[in-house]
Amino acid sequence: MAYHSFLLEPISCHSWNKDRTQIALCPNNHDVHIYKKDGTKWIKIHELKEHNGQVTGIDWAPESNRIVTCGTDRNAYVWSLKGEVWKPTLVILRINRAARCVSWSPKENKFAVGSGSRLISICYFEQENDWWVCKHIKKPIRSTVLSLDWHPNNVLLAAGSCDFKCRVFSAYIKEVEEKPGPTVWGSKMPFGEVLFESGPSGVSGGAGDGAGGGWVHGVCFSHSGNRLAWTSHDSTVAIAEGGKTSTISSLSSETLPLLCVSFITENSLVAAGHDCYPVLFVYDGTKGSVTFGGKLDVPKQTSQRGISARERFQNLDRRATSSETTEQGLESLHKNSISQISVLEGGKSKCSTFCTTGMDGGMEWSHGTSRYTHTHTTHTV
Amino acid sequence: MSKNTVSNRFRTVDVDEYDENKFVDEEDGGENQLGPDEAEVDSLIRQGNLMEALQAVLKNPPINTKNQNVKDCAEGLVLKVLSAFKSSDVDKGVQSLDKNGVDLLMKYIYKGFETPSDNSSAVLLQWHEKALSAGGLGCIVRVLTARKTV
Repeated sequence: MAYHSFLLEPISCHSWNKDRTQIALCPNNHDVHIYKKDGTKWIKIHELKEHNGQVTGIDWAPESNRIVTCGTDRNAYVWSLKGEVWKPTLVILRINRAARCVSWSPKENKFAVGSGSRLISICYFEQENDWWVCKHIKKPIRSTVLSLDWHPNNVLLAAGSCDFKCRVFSAYIKEVEEKPGPTVWGSKMPFGEVLFESGPSGVSGGAGDGAGGGWVHGVCFSHSGNRLAWTSHDSTVAIAEGGKTSTISSLSSETLPLLCVSFITENSLVAAGHDCYPVLFVYDGTKGSVTFGGKLDVPKQTSQRGISARERFQNLDRRATSSETTEQGLESLHKNSISQISVLEGGKSKCSTFCTTGMDGGMEWSHGTSRYTHTHTTHTV
Repeated sequence: MSKNTVSNRFRTVDVDEYDENKFVDEEDGGENQLGPDEAEVDSLIRQGNLMEALQAVLKNPPINTKNQNVKDCAEGLVLKVLSAFKSSDVDKGVQSLDKNGVDLLMKYIYKGFETPSDNSSAVLLQWHEKALSAGGLGCIVRVLTARKTV
């Protein structure tokens, strides 16, 4: 468990390079800064200045070493390293609202941008014109697209949106790839086809629901692509399995809403959000249940000192309880909401290290999640 | 100066209604939702069986219906049951509910806060404290983010 504070401003978004020695992040302004790890220190080696608005999404393609960034200026740039300098190429997204999130596809021949224009732009490189072209997925999205994740087959794309739904689209571009084979999510995948759409609320039956749900903040496919998890603003986390999409397992959590989620094994997820610490969730495919697996943050050991009578009455006066803990500050490593999680080592099937960045300008990376992978990889799907 | 500026009628036009991209919630047929059964709940209160009354009043919540009367009736009934509990029994009452029940109870509590009467807020605050320790902050978040509520 280690924590590094980069700045006092929130980190809007971040992305790691292939060998995890460099991180590209946006320090809540129009630039992208690239830091290189030097022993225990981080040194800023590049500043990428091109955007006219806050950079809302960064993705670093591991194999082709290109960075794609998108921002509130309605543009996206693809950066390539020429010698020692990163050179940008503008991509016309044809959107009239801010771009919110961006993601390279697994084969890195296209990328998807979610925006406030209620659509997703799928961009690919057209060889003849030496130019990035984009196609739009519009229907049936009715509000801002907040999060995106690609399926390992390079065609399916999951999108979480402010219209309270999580959907799986086909982003098949015939100019750059072969027709994809069938998957558990469906076999017919023309461009823009919706293969899955979550109901208004993941919780089935019972009193107190049936409509509502909240903005879908984070989506993530599992390593195999057979499972899809999403977190929503109504403090729920839900998982759907391709092929069995009539039953969605979800958990209404007792915490504040979670903003980002990632699978770390086929059966477990790590998520984080407004509560400032990452938490583990475990999915049981046979029972179709999601359960809370515990906090993944080691709080600082606060010294337990005795509480004086005066303090007791003061607590009673101020907070109506004469509790022992004074709770002067948050016990977690992060002191403000966590907005993004990225897997560092092990991929989404056997993650051993993951990293979180948040509004406090700090980055935390956690090791030793292997104890979770050990107990759960024995589950048969 | 053109004469058109004399009239102010354009100020009463609701521009949002004409926005073709306006988000419209899905309509769920809720016309047959009648809310909890008043007779059943009343008889259980009279018998002194408050736990059962609590379970009964949380059935059939009028979430999808557009009929305001049904919603008001349900809220009044819930308040009656909650007030009938003794302070020491509130905790047991909350423990007897499942997760969805706690969420629904919290919705009714906040609805009750909206229109306070003589003693209602005190009673509701007691229930709120217990429901909060059972459901956590997530429970309150779900009340705030629910598009259709009781």
